[in-house]
Amino acid sequence: MDFSEEQIKRYSRHIILPEVGGRGQKKLLKSKVFLVGAGGLGCPAAYYLAAAGVGKLGIADGDDVDHSNLQRQILHSTKDVGYPKALSAKATLEALNPDVEVVPFMHRLNSENIMDIIKDYDVILDGSDNFPTRYLVNDACVLLKKPLSHGSIFRFEGQVTTILPGEGPCYRCLFESPPPPGMVPSCQEAGVLGVLPGVIGVIQATEVIKLLLGKGQLLKGQLLLYNAFTMEFKKVKIRWNPQCPVCGENPTIKELVDYQEFCQVHF
Amino acid sequence: MSSITKKASSPSASGGLSPNKTINLKGEVCPYTFVKTKLALEEMSVGEVLEVIVDHEPAVENVPRSIQNEGQKVLAVEKLNDTGGATTWRLVIKKEKD
Repeated sequence: MDFSEEQIKRYSRHIILPEVGGRGQKKLLKSKVFLVGAGGLGCPAAYYLAAAGVGKLGIADGDDVDHSNLQRQILHSTKDVGYPKALSAKATLEALNPDVEVVPFMHRLNSENIMDIIKDYDVILDGSDNFPTRYLVNDACVLLKKPLSHGSIFRFEGQVTTILPGEGPCYRCLFESPPPPGMVPSCQEAGVLGVLPGVIGVIQATEVIKLLLGKGQLLKGQLLLYNAFTMEFKKVKIRWNPQCPVCGENPTIKELVDYQEFCQVHF
Repeated sequence: MSSITKKASSPSASGGLSPNKTINLKGEVCPYTFVKTKLALEEMSVGEVLEVIVDHEPAVENVPRSIQNEGQKVLAVEKLNDTGGATTWRLVIKKEKD
């Protein structure tokens, strides 16, 4: 494909970079990224992936936009309240960049549908806010050997890691199983600084872009911890666990699990 | 406005360098002069020579500098004696690195 005059302008700051160039930009335009959630993390991540010219973005979110989302979920506007988040996200992203095809999914992901939905995407970006989805996405990515960017946030703190099944640890190597329902407070109970998911979601998008380009160092086997209150970044090493129930030497999880919902309120 | 033309090896006014390809970037300004030069080189093979015509004066310094940073070789930078219109320059670049 040749770039149009508009594309040359739109992507010029990428093309100028020796690590991207026209070839890297074409790779991005041919890439497909699936975002789990169009919330605090998914919104900023998707916004930059669309701006970068990632050709196809699948976005799953079963919720409608609520006023309480607007403090951080930057794809949605006041006029979108009551409207499905996946559709609101699609409208904002396609307005930003017509080169991007956005495929919305308005059903919640579960063990029955996830494999089929994500199988044709190159990379998965998890911006979910609950443990059942997080474990479901991790396990599906391990079973399909899909690269996965994990991000999560709580109050003033966030964490990010990049999971490359077969090459490094997965989320279960870090935390083998979800905490019991009710033990971890949700965003609704705990609160979250609105700008925090912007930082974490954009770090996730950065990892995804480098993965797609095949350039740079990734957070493989590393958990990046960010504290917005003290303004500190820390990296901790995480190791592949040979006893991991899903990616270990003798995995016990060979089928996907639907864990019980922890909280009836979804974000 | 730019146009890209494939040239059969025609001997040029000086240097005797016969480009494999010529791009006319008259009317283009920085950074697009560099962006379009880089994109043209990406489509060429190592060893081939690209001729770039520009009329934006800063590009005469910027394009050779940036393209050298990418590992390509600048063979010639020449002012062309246009009759009438604005001054134009001719940059001759050899693709050294893919």
